[in-house]
Amino acid sequence: MELLDKLNILADAAKYDAACTSSGLDRSGRPGTIGNTTMAGCCHSFSADGRCISLLKVLQTNVCIYDCQYCVNRRSNDVPRAAFTPEELCELTMGFYRRNYIEGLFLSSAVIKSPDYTTELMIRTLRILREKHRFGGYIHAKAIPGADPLLTRRLGLLADRLSVNIELPSSPSLALLAPDKKKEAILAPMGQIRDGISQSKQEIAVYRHAPRFAPAGQSTQMIVGATPESDRHILTLTQALYDRYQLKRVFYSAYMPVSPLVPVSEDYQPPLLREHRLYQADWLLRYYHFRAEEILDESRPNLDPRMDPKCCWALRHLEFFPVEVNRADYEVLLRVPGLGVRSARRILRARRVGPLSFEGLKRLGVVLKRAQYFLTCSGRMMTGLRVSEDGLLRHLISLEAPALAAPMPEQLSLFGDAV
Amino acid sequence: MSWAQISCQYDGTYPGFLSCVFDCWVNREEPAEFRTPDDMCCSLYPLRTVETDMEHARRVYRSFDKFGREGRELAVRCFLTCLPERELWLWRFLRLGYEQGAGVSRNLTDPVVDKVRKAVWHLEHEAHQYKGFARFSQQEEILVGEIEPKNRVLPLLRPHFCSRYPQERFVLHDRTHAEALFHRPGPGGWAILSVEDFSPGPAGEEELAYRKLWRTFYDTIAIEGRYNPRCRMTHMPKRYWAMMTEFQEERDAALPEMPGRGGRISSKDTEENGKIEGILLRKYTENSGRRTI
Ligand code: SF4
Repeated sequence: MELLDKLNILADAAKYDAACTSSGLDRSGRPGTIGNTTMAGCCHSFSADGRCISLLKVLQTNVCIYDCQYCVNRRSNDVPRAAFTPEELCELTMGFYRRNYIEGLFLSSAVIKSPDYTTELMIRTLRILREKHRFGGYIHAKAIPGADPLLTRRLGLLADRLSVNIELPSSPSLALLAPDKKKEAILAPMGQIRDGISQSKQEIAVYRHAPRFAPAGQSTQMIVGATPESDRHILTLTQALYDRYQLKRVFYSAYMPVSPLVPVSEDYQPPLLREHRLYQADWLLRYYHFRAEEILDESRPNLDPRMDPKCCWALRHLEFFPVEVNRADYEVLLRVPGLGVRSARRILRARRVGPLSFEGLKRLGVVLKRAQYFLTCSGRMMTGLRVSEDGLLRHLISLEAPALAAPMPEQLSLFGDAV
Repeated sequence: MSWAQISCQYDGTYPGFLSCVFDCWVNREEPAEFRTPDDMCCSLYPLRTVETDMEHARRVYRSFDKFGREGRELAVRCFLTCLPERELWLWRFLRLGYEQGAGVSRNLTDPVVDKVRKAVWHLEHEAHQYKGFARFSQQEEILVGEIEPKNRVLPLLRPHFCSRYPQERFVLHDRTHAEALFHRPGPGGWAILSVEDFSPGPAGEEELAYRKLWRTFYDTIAIEGRYNPRCRMTHMPKRYWAMMTEFQEERDAALPEMPGRGGRISSKDTEENGKIEGILLRKYTENSGRRTI
């Protein structure tokens, strides 16, 4: 089979994975090698669906012994199959990397023969890249659940980031749609990777040249919309993953109907807006010091599609507002709808020079569309602003209307899909 | 007492601009405009032609230390931006800086600081975009890339690409400003030089194969059910597309090789049609390696 055909098949099979970031690690290039990585990551292109392309995202093979119902590669699915040899995949990666098409490789795989055999194949690829080609760019590798921990460890010594996909947000859903996968089989490598990372950090603190195990951390992904879990369930799970497994990121992927066995209605649309709201809520967990239980509770199990989760929170906590721009703490500023991390930092710096007015805020690049309702500058609200609680809700919703009318609101991003 | 207004003519280089700053400051003159020899029209103000003086430039450059790390960076980078009348804005910024010291970069609500910061932010953002969107082609042993930026991003891209490709010979050509970053392996093996009439040669077979592979990957990786051209456009505005492999039809294969163009470039101060290689080597010996801005 031609390389071009293999690439076609194995990129097609990998495209449903949401993660494509190359972030979390600064490593400059050294003489005699090729490649570097940067903390913020780097998008090299955007595909027609608006997603960042940062890494060459392919499977080693799409031949699979398992039969997960939500997956295109399931054994029972009639699709063309292919496999890269480690050498081929390395040539391809280097060819793309030198031309600045990509920031590195995202290597995943279906399970060929056995988890161990698959992992060994991936290790061979990464070894050739790192040792023969002296590749110093970004590598994200998927750990295969069920593989020998020693093999997973070797994989993590070659890769910058490891991930294990949690796939579905609960065990009953897993049992239903991925009968071959057990929650334990997924969580075990996650725990192992977490421990490997923290051990490696300690060793590096003692001895600078100690081997680095997944230095850009660990991430995971789950499919949204194939099974009935609520947003609250998903966010609580996400938070537990951040707390307990110290994940760098959790990705969500709106389920695409790739299998007749996952029953969806005739007019099923992938829940892209829901996915978008989940990313916004996830952002609140990671950067805005929110907890899952603040965003959703039993009486409100799902995110409001009409408004971003921070606005929703603010409307439920009007007693918290207005916030005084010239005095409020960083954490308090972060809770104001419309104020992002960057705006909040700028406010902190600028107000050291002198008191800020609404005019001054505009100059700082603070967007006041939403924030104006929740702020005072030196004790005064924005002039000419008078709204009732009810009007506020309607107004905030109308602000989102143009974005919602479009096919799909873009994912939150700081410099593309960084972080 | 207000300073006499003049029109400042200089050679368009950064040291030249710094020399203007020196002269104006010493003579207590306020530039009302900056001109380079290319500017045709006559001026309303008395014309002062400033000769570039490296010693004066260095003294002004060192004085930027007063502005703190961030203020200093603004003072240097503003000159690379495409801000209309960037020299005037920079001059105003410098005067403010001498008044306020390190606090100047924190003075975010001042209109001059605001203008300069926004311009520099635009420059930095564009440079960041090009880290990803620039494309290289393999031509013999050299990687050749071309970009069309609004700002002069090469000095900002330089550390990144030199770190990314320490073992490669490469050229990154800025079409807009007719200058190029040259690199060869080894410490200090880089230079940013002005080039005229740069045209990359035709692509070889392997190069064409890789382009095709990349286009295949690009087309395959999008999920049809999530098609969203608007989102793509927000993240990657159309103006970048022309130079990106994934949006290029392959014409190279069909066109016959043009005489006198293949893999050659010429530069202002080298002989016509020097091979890239030749230019690389000669330049390094002539210029002892570097020119920052
Ligand atoms: S094991 Fe992975 S590749 Fe195989 S069917 Fe399940 S999800 Fe798909």
